[in-house]
Amino acid sequence: MIRNLATDRGRGPAALTKHRLFWPAAALIALLLGNLIVSPRFFAVEIRDGHLYGNLIDILRNGSPLILIAVGMTLVIATRGIDLSVGAVVAVSGAVACVELGSTSILLAIGAALGLCLVLGAWNGWLVAGLKIQPIVATLILMVAGRGLAQLITGGQIVTVQNGPFLAIAGGYLLTLPLSFLIAMAVYALTSLVVRRSALGLLLESVGGNPEASRLSGLRSGRLIWLCYVFSALCAGVAGLIISSNVTGADGNNAGLWIELDAILAVVIGGTQLTGGRFSLGGTVIGALLIQTLTTTVYALGIPSQETLLFKAVVVTVVCLVQSPAFRAKLVKRRRRPESPAVAAQPEKVEVAS
Amino acid sequence: MNDTAEILRMTGIRKRFPGVTALDGVDFRLFPGEVHALMGENGAGKSTLIKVLTGVEGVDAGSIELAGAAVAFAGPDQAQLAGVSTVYQEVNLCPNLSVAENILLGREPRRFGRIQWSRMRKRAEELLARLDLRIDVSAELGTLSIAVQQMVAIARALDVEARVLVLDEPTSSLDAREVEQLMAVLRALRADGMAILFVSHFIDQVFAIADRMTVLRNGKLVGEYRTSEITQVELVTKMIGKELAALDEVSERSAATGPELVATDGLARAGGIEPFSLTIRRGEVVGLAGLLGSGRTELARLLFGADHADHGTVDIDGRRVQLRSPRVAMNQGVAFCSENRKTEGLIAELTIRENIALAVQAGRGWLRPLSRRRQLELAAQYIEALDIRPADPEAVVGTLSGGNQQKVLLARWLATQPRLLILDEPTRGIDVGAKAEIQRLVATLSADGMAVLFVSAELEEVLRLSHHVAVLRDRKVVAQLANEGLTPEDIMATIADGGRS
Amino acid sequence: MTALTVRLRTYRPQRRYLPVLAALALLVGAYGFGAVRYPAFGSGQVVLDIFIDHAFLLVVAVGATFVILTGGIDLSVGSVAALSTMASADLLQHKGWPAYAVIPVVLALGALLGFLMGLVIHYFEIQPFIVTLAGMFLARGLCYTISTESISIDNPTYTAMAQTPITLGAGLHVSPSVVIALVVVAIAWYVLHFTRFGRTVYAVGGGERSALLMGLKVARTKVSVYTISGLCSALGGVLMAFYTLSADPLGAVGMELDAIAAVVIGGTILTGGSGYVLGTVLGVLVLGIIQTLITFDGTLSSWWTRIVIGVLLFVFIALQRLIARRAR
Repeated sequence: MIRNLATDRGRGPAALTKHRLFWPAAALIALLLGNLIVSPRFFAVEIRDGHLYGNLIDILRNGSPLILIAVGMTLVIATRGIDLSVGAVVAVSGAVACVELGSTSILLAIGAALGLCLVLGAWNGWLVAGLKIQPIVATLILMVAGRGLAQLITGGQIVTVQNGPFLAIAGGYLLTLPLSFLIAMAVYALTSLVVRRSALGLLLESVGGNPEASRLSGLRSGRLIWLCYVFSALCAGVAGLIISSNVTGADGNNAGLWIELDAILAVVIGGTQLTGGRFSLGGTVIGALLIQTLTTTVYALGIPSQETLLFKAVVVTVVCLVQSPAFRAKLVKRRRRPESPAVAAQPEKVEVAS
Repeated sequence: MNDTAEILRMTGIRKRFPGVTALDGVDFRLFPGEVHALMGENGAGKSTLIKVLTGVEGVDAGSIELAGAAVAFAGPDQAQLAGVSTVYQEVNLCPNLSVAENILLGREPRRFGRIQWSRMRKRAEELLARLDLRIDVSAELGTLSIAVQQMVAIARALDVEARVLVLDEPTSSLDAREVEQLMAVLRALRADGMAILFVSHFIDQVFAIADRMTVLRNGKLVGEYRTSEITQVELVTKMIGKELAALDEVSERSAATGPELVATDGLARAGGIEPFSLTIRRGEVVGLAGLLGSGRTELARLLFGADHADHGTVDIDGRRVQLRSPRVAMNQGVAFCSENRKTEGLIAELTIRENIALAVQAGRGWLRPLSRRRQLELAAQYIEALDIRPADPEAVVGTLSGGNQQKVLLARWLATQPRLLILDEPTRGIDVGAKAEIQRLVATLSADGMAVLFVSAELEEVLRLSHHVAVLRDRKVVAQLANEGLTPEDIMATIADGGRS
Repeated sequence: MTALTVRLRTYRPQRRYLPVLAALALLVGAYGFGAVRYPAFGSGQVVLDIFIDHAFLLVVAVGATFVILTGGIDLSVGSVAALSTMASADLLQHKGWPAYAVIPVVLALGALLGFLMGLVIHYFEIQPFIVTLAGMFLARGLCYTISTESISIDNPTYTAMAQTPITLGAGLHVSPSVVIALVVVAIAWYVLHFTRFGRTVYAVGGGERSALLMGLKVARTKVSVYTISGLCSALGGVLMAFYTLSADPLGAVGMELDAIAAVVIGGTILTGGSGYVLGTVLGVLVLGIIQTLITFDGTLSSWWTRIVIGVLLFVFIALQRLIARRAR
């Protein structure tokens, strides 16, 4: 019996992971291959100044803030929630760091930025878990107020920084790889480790999968949900540091604009449903990379970069349709029974035969 | 009565849902000027029959005739137009709209498309006056009591030229005076020639109002009876039926039980269960017998802290406890397997291992995880002990059969090593083999000293396992009997006469 | 004295009017505060200017009110408005269409986008949030396919609409857009309160299942509200073109937030079923007056607007929670 379990253990999760990550990974690879066909130099990676350089490296480097935010968002979505405020938190974090850099050391500046993000996350979490306000509504408050807060901190200016170590967050390289990507990967790895090694993952999936059953199993979901919002804000804070380091300054208006939507999209593409429950951090990372590749592709093809939005609209629609049980049911019904009975298909028609 | 033609005739109705046959060749007829009760246990097919009649669900076979013409409604709105109006168990109105709108929305008086509010209010007042109800019709529905809301729902049903009025458990949330008011309305409508289809779990009410009743069991028609020609005991017997499958004899119940573990005094929750006092000893199985809606589940939920009690006290092991939440009850060693495996029990998308580990893990908090090895050990232990199939701890629970899902839920709670195990309908909808295993398990657990509160609609099962039986009817504990030679007939008699003898 | 107290105590506004009354009190309070502190603030033109500056937001928010009343949400309104200004400008300036042909076309385009989103939301049971998010991307992307640069408009009809003041006497004036916006408000008010469709909107917000069992036309209603929202957004875009006489593909970014904030501050509950279009007017005015106050103050910077709106959102949402909890 036990021996059986041991072999099952090896097979079970592997088969499952393969299944869940298959489509997002396939889409990513297809997109990359498409690029290769259009421009054969797309995959070219060369070493310049001791670090790697090329389109692929750009994707990793520019995609890291999105990966970070999407990882935080994944946990929030797993609890049937959503965090719309991450873009605003990005702006706040960058603003605090850049302003503080003027007077203190880099560590204190980063500490102050992330500290404030924790407070903002705690506020979101309190609204959702404490006051039981719907997540969309609760995080909308900070989404609206956050950018004002960021501008308040910067005094409405675009604060620029010259601090070398700070600029290295986005521009630096370690072991030939971009530092920002390594930070994102470290957060991802750490999160995966904590979530799967502690009981957090199991409890979050329970809360999202079936809140009432979780309550009746003795789970106190409030604190867990609160924690997710705090973590999401922290991730957004780190992403904010990277973004402001990348543009060498803090722009309260435009830093992280619309990144919440990209992050939600990355989570959904990665196979985590907006209705909560089972989540996949690995899928989210792939989703984020897919979105970043899309942006890079559009740029490489010479299409005005803003038109990525059109592609995103198509991707969102397709992914959501594929995930929608109603859509799948309708598709299956049509395929199986070309002439479905009038009762089901036309709810507004009556047949009264006398 | 038979000289009038029937207004409604349903013949050979068959309805299948994936995995179950909800209705299997059911016939039903309804005459003008009668109240016809539709009776049956939960899952007998009453609601499905009503849904089929009102067009919420289509039929797979059979025919429906209204006043001699074949009909097939595509939805509730079409049924209403044809004169079949329904009042559902939960008030299905919009609490944010006014009373008048709730009565008339969809057919409000209009002129050139403009709603005429004053005419609408007047019309609503007239309709409510028919029910002897005088309230401000511009008040928001949600501000009124459930009883009044129910009346508003009936008023809505009456506004259309209704020939058939379907009432699906209209009294389940009403108090005695409100029920009387409703009954008076039904009598008046009957006198006007309305055909009324009435579904209720309250036997007294059915015998007080119905002229005729149709009994369903497991989706099949048991028979149609005149109220004057059937006794309450006969009705209950027909509803419950006989358990056909022969089960292995469960080993002898342990004779001696230990000291008192749980004692309640006057525990109650408004709209759920009236005050009851119950003691459960260590090693004792206490059975709860009663029809669905008699308050069995409500009683069990109070003992687990799933709902809050309004009155009364609970002592566990001689200490007064406030069961504020399931977590508090768990810490006291209480475990509760809900009757709704899907909505209140399992997390369908998680695996057997995760579902089994959940309650233990919830008790420890997220910072003290059970190691994966320990989880697998737990899963392996219970997969073997309860013979859960497939014997793969990584199988997703949603794909399991009902019996195996029930075992997983049971395993989750056994893993917490409770002192009191509350089982609400643990054997419903599972196959005979799994049923026998669960019964055997309950006997073993109690022999080992665990207290068990066993809730089941099947009287044989309750009697086979329990040392004591508490009988419920109409949200009251009407009798507590020591199980010494009790027969199902004794229990049925107690349910039927409400413990009066 | 005692008689007065008794009378005061017996006046209890109905619970459902509380949020609207709160918004009204806030508006009056803010106006009074401004009038006392800044003499120029007291002139009626300040209020009219708020209407002039926010006519397009008002129209968009009215559309959003329909959607939110059914318990849905529409994130696409800003992008659709921007698309409508871009399409207007392109057709007028580059294709040389006359204004009376352009306006119906862009209105139809907005309505069509809303209609499609409504279909997907209702028939495929996908959350409105995500569908309208896709719609937002789509409309914004279409803006850029028209042009990545801003286009200025010199069509005579448009400039006439922008520059002809309607004088009200006593030195007061409004723009034609204000009249259009108020007509939209009046129509919305009539539709919501005096037609079967309007009451069905409330019924769907109160409980979709109940509405279905009551035999109401839920599908048609849900699709219609998104169509109306699309139409209002497009009209808002046209008014925006009148106001600015230019079209920017980056225009109206974040307008969906302003619209939702106005609706919520106006007392409409985001879970649906309760609220008034007149409340939305109050909500827009509150947003406008805050902006005006901050401008008048001079020492406060513009970003305080967003912070104050955020605080107000919190207060009003918490108020709604409180009322809902008391009702239970």
